[in-house]
Amino acid sequence: MANPVESQIKPYTMNFGPQHPAAHGVLRLVLEMDGEIVERADPHIGLLHRGTEKLIEYKTYIQAMPYFDRLDYVSPMSEEHSFVLAAEKLLGITPPKRAQHIRVLFAELTRILNHLLNVTTFAMDVGALTPALWGFEERELLMEFYERVSGARMHANYFRVGGVHQDLPAGMLDDIEAYAAKFEKFVDDVEGLLTANRIFKQRLVDIGIVSGDEALAWGFTGPVLRASGIPWDLRKAQPYDTYAEYDFDVAIGKTGDCYARYLVRVEEMRQSNRIVQQAIAKLRQTPGPIKVDDRKIAPPPRGDMKRSMESLIHHFKLYTEGYHVPAGETYTATESPKGEFGVYLVSDGTNRPYRCKIRPTGIAHLQGVDFMSRGHMLADAVAIIGSIDVVFGEIDR
Amino acid sequence: MAWLDRTARGLFMTELVKGFALTFSYMFKPRVTINYPYERSPLSPRFRGEHALRRYPNGEERCIACKLCEAVCPALAITIEAEPREDGSRRTTRYDIDMTKCIYCGLCQEACPVDAIVEGPNLEFATETREELFYNKEKLLANGDRWEPLLAANIAADAPYR
Repeated sequence: MANPVESQIKPYTMNFGPQHPAAHGVLRLVLEMDGEIVERADPHIGLLHRGTEKLIEYKTYIQAMPYFDRLDYVSPMSEEHSFVLAAEKLLGITPPKRAQHIRVLFAELTRILNHLLNVTTFAMDVGALTPALWGFEERELLMEFYERVSGARMHANYFRVGGVHQDLPAGMLDDIEAYAAKFEKFVDDVEGLLTANRIFKQRLVDIGIVSGDEALAWGFTGPVLRASGIPWDLRKAQPYDTYAEYDFDVAIGKTGDCYARYLVRVEEMRQSNRIVQQAIAKLRQTPGPIKVDDRKIAPPPRGDMKRSMESLIHHFKLYTEGYHVPAGETYTATESPKGEFGVYLVSDGTNRPYRCKIRPTGIAHLQGVDFMSRGHMLADAVAIIGSIDVVFGEIDR
Repeated sequence: MAWLDRTARGLFMTELVKGFALTFSYMFKPRVTINYPYERSPLSPRFRGEHALRRYPNGEERCIACKLCEAVCPALAITIEAEPREDGSRRTTRYDIDMTKCIYCGLCQEACPVDAIVEGPNLEFATETREELFYNKEKLLANGDRWEPLLAANIAADAPYR
């Protein structure tokens, strides 16, 4: 006689990733399945760990910059933004207005860059291929702006402590303006394919619901928090750079499901486009320097460096020793496209950070995968991972 | 009447029809893909590609072995050794860049006080072996000679911003 307890089928344990095309990078999810139903999801992270935080401790501030591009490689300049703001806070400097506007402009272009990839690949995860093809076309144009301003399409290394590296090349504002004018139409097209589509909605509505309280308790930020109806945006709550001067709305969702997260991101793209247009207008009215006029922090112009001995000495000191940051500590966070990206920077007064703790956005969201996907089907777990926008460069650091 | 509207939309699958129409309309748009090796997208003067060591117009190499690029390189990809030449000027005897370590951050060309090391517009330097990517001084100078017209033009175009 079979014991009724023994005849109970054990949950089937399944590996999802790390080489699964829908796992968004190197996510390894150990799923306990009851048939097709997810009973428990256990994310295993660390496959992309590079020791960024430790490496930064051995680099001067200027050398640490490229590491931030490589954290969340879908939104490079937003990550740089947190670091430069943290270092500027410790140094007690404020970059010139034009530099701040340029940073806002590129932070918002980066937000569009990030959401374009997320929304369209999210659609691809649930079966819609066309938006991804269109989205990459737009991303190509944005990457061209990256390349024109910094010289690299992704790993820009453009923001600097005390401003930005170089001014925008002539004619670039006109091109960004032309792009921004057409962008609204593009978002309309993507929405035309997805927002009302019944297949898309059947896959997303009521999947992975997060209530506002749960989102706060799990430390969610960014679109995932706002989709649960909490109007929290660091650009409004504690404006950094010149965000206080910009007129934009914070998009919030009502239901907190995957569909709300999609809608919030789409609306954020439109709002970012508004900020981009305002930034262009402001930049046209704000000529001037793009980095602080302090030769101990920002390198002198090349012409000066070749003619003046003092400038040459500053140049050599900056590119070998770097600058010394006064002892102190700061937690500085910015609203990166994925949420609150923070840098906890501790300085001991030397030219290198004593400690640089990075608060990634995705790790909190990834922890939520377990409670979000419980009781859903396997295919819904894919939709949930897509909707929380994880990038492993920053989660594993 | 909202329910009637909704039911009619559901029944006639308006959103699907509209989506198909939209996709179909894209068929008549000009194509955006390019025939890569024969057509290329434009590169800006700031593009950071393969490294090159430049020379002065009289053929003298620019690099004075100040080792600033070696010091600033976050990836520790650059190795320089230097000693005085017969004519007493200071020049490198060894200038190696390990291109497999380089992260193309552009700090070397930013730091170089004489515009000797630059990251040029070339992005097609894939090799079949790793060893071929250990660039020595000879290779870098050859790159400089090969790309000099473009490098000089790029630096001139970007000069007002540097």
